[in-house]
Amino acid sequence: MANSIQHHLKGSIIAGLVAMVLAVPFIGLYTVSTDQGLVVQQRWPWVFWSGLIVLVGSFLMGMARDALAARRAAKPKLAAGTKPKRDDALTAKLTKGFAIGITLFAVTLPFMPFSDRYIMDVGTTVLIYVLLGMGLNVTVGLAGLLDLGFVAFYAIGAYSFAILSTTLGWGFWVCLPLSGLIAALFGALLSMPILRLRGDYLAIVTLGFGEITRIVILNWQSFTGGPAGISGVPRPSLFGLSFDRRPPEGLTSFHEVTGITFATEHRLMFLYLIALTLVLGAAWVIKRLRALPIGRAWEALREDEIACRSLGINPTASKVSAYAVGGMLGGFAGCFFAARQGFVSPESFGFIESALILAIVVLGGMGSQIGVVIAALFIVLLPEVGREFADFRMIVFGIAMIAIMVWRPGGLLSQRVPTIRLSSQKGEAA
Amino acid sequence: MSAPLLSVTGLTMRFGGLVAVDGVNLTAETNKITALIGPNGAGKTTIFNCLTGFYKPTSGELTLNRPGQAPVSLQTLAGYQVSRHGVVRTFQNIRLFPRMTVLENLLVAQHVGLMKKAAFGVAGLIGLKGWRTAEKEAIDRARFWIERLDLTAVADEEAGNLSYGVQRRVEIARAMNTNPLLLCLDEPAAGLNPKETGALGDLLRGIREQFGIGILLIEHDMGLVMGISDRIHVVEYGRKIAEGTPEEIRSDERVIKAYLGEPDEEELPAIVAEDVAGQEGGRA
Repeated sequence: MANSIQHHLKGSIIAGLVAMVLAVPFIGLYTVSTDQGLVVQQRWPWVFWSGLIVLVGSFLMGMARDALAARRAAKPKLAAGTKPKRDDALTAKLTKGFAIGITLFAVTLPFMPFSDRYIMDVGTTVLIYVLLGMGLNVTVGLAGLLDLGFVAFYAIGAYSFAILSTTLGWGFWVCLPLSGLIAALFGALLSMPILRLRGDYLAIVTLGFGEITRIVILNWQSFTGGPAGISGVPRPSLFGLSFDRRPPEGLTSFHEVTGITFATEHRLMFLYLIALTLVLGAAWVIKRLRALPIGRAWEALREDEIACRSLGINPTASKVSAYAVGGMLGGFAGCFFAARQGFVSPESFGFIESALILAIVVLGGMGSQIGVVIAALFIVLLPEVGREFADFRMIVFGIAMIAIMVWRPGGLLSQRVPTIRLSSQKGEAA
Repeated sequence: MSAPLLSVTGLTMRFGGLVAVDGVNLTAETNKITALIGPNGAGKTTIFNCLTGFYKPTSGELTLNRPGQAPVSLQTLAGYQVSRHGVVRTFQNIRLFPRMTVLENLLVAQHVGLMKKAAFGVAGLIGLKGWRTAEKEAIDRARFWIERLDLTAVADEEAGNLSYGVQRRVEIARAMNTNPLLLCLDEPAAGLNPKETGALGDLLRGIREQFGIGILLIEHDMGLVMGISDRIHVVEYGRKIAEGTPEEIRSDERVIKAYLGEPDEEELPAIVAEDVAGQEGGRA
């Protein structure tokens, strides 16, 4: 016991010293804006205190871990080699229940008395990220092909709609499938040069693809408007009804036709409902695809490419289709994003977006759709909730991410639900 | 007599300066179990890799004579097309899809046919009747093999969680779900205990009799090879050194030399025979 205290104390002192060194630039120095401009000031006591906090915290954590381990060791062990049997059916049932619950919640949310502009707006953002996450989940979660440049499809979808609508005057509903198709086409094109790549190399090439797309958009002034972006992207209409106070030429507005008093909330509700429809549609399609040969081939490809080839599955076709379907969903999300903002610029499509979408997929548990929903909620809502913490909200966010990775290293829902069960199939006689 | 199901002539595979397979001829016939044996590093697996499209042979002709159809030159096919023509393999280190269930593994094996029926996903997505019938047939075929190989209890388990012997059976079941003409097994008995090996022998004979397909087998377990093979080919250093029935191979001096080095005692063939007897005893 004394030995372990000594051991932990030693580690904690080192951790405290490291923390103090790190705290010198991060905490010890800070900037104050004065009449003379920005001035750097020092606060050395803070450095000392942060070192001390890390030291004590690290020591307590170490002791707590020991205590937990001792308690676990005291419990009766299972015989070697036998895994504790997980209750698959129960997990599946819980997941399904949660899926139904969250869908009902999402559908009724706009009509709730407490829902306001802010909730609608955040809700729509969550749904965009859910859609993006579902798209990336096809490539990364199902087919096992890493993609660090997924934002490219988002950007391509957004710019497709922006350019088509401003130059040809096409509306949202015509451009939505077109944006998806264009993004899918780019997905297929991207997949060609990377068919043979794997792991780190795949990551680098997809990362490059994302950056190339952004840089092309940034520099192709005559076509994309460059850094200024494209403004005046039309808003979606409901069967030709506009949600603006003064509808554009040729359109009647929703409040005139229905006789409901005009309110900007209606437009936000409408956008939210479009996003929800897109997400539910995508979820349904992916759920079906998973149980189809194409989806099974994706998962088989993730598991073992060589075995796939030996069974007559064309890996090329599987990879191309995975990137195309994933890209298509990204394109839909981009098109919707452009319509919602009414404005697109390259700034919205940086690498951090790719990273965020990938984080959603990984946190959710690769391949799990409900996982994507939970993770998107988490990633979008936590910084919102954390607004009260002001400067510390990213720290809260970071701590939460670390906590998930410690307790659920495979993601929130890491358990794969089989696409089919023999026990639930009828016999040959049926 | 018609042409054999598979005929390999002058198969050579060079990796840079290394000649892994040198002018090997061999045949495998329908309704026969053909074994390919030889010491470690003799080139057996390389022959398999050439046969199943994983390597492009340096030279040689690999002809598959399908009943009622034009012969196919396997070496001209893309890797994934070989199994579409009826040659399917298993792997020395089992290659299942570990996070998918046994049933899903078997359904993936039926990908090619199902993909056509699903019209590349479109018919399947909207659930057309044609697709639903095809899916049901596929499940029934998978169920048949699950029952045939005694996998019912684990059908909904993730393949990666199963024990080694069971995984071997799943791999054979998966290969059979592609409806092959020629089943190529790369060391199917590796890692099995004598009882499991015995059951494997019975299974392979059963498959051959029931479905009349050809089985080509790489195996080190002499008991199994001698017990079930109709014909044995022996390779050493990439060359074929002998061919014949189990009896002929058992008494072939070159084979004994290849396996055991120069015999300085007369009992060596007897040792091999004893080993065989021991294996058969274990099976019974």
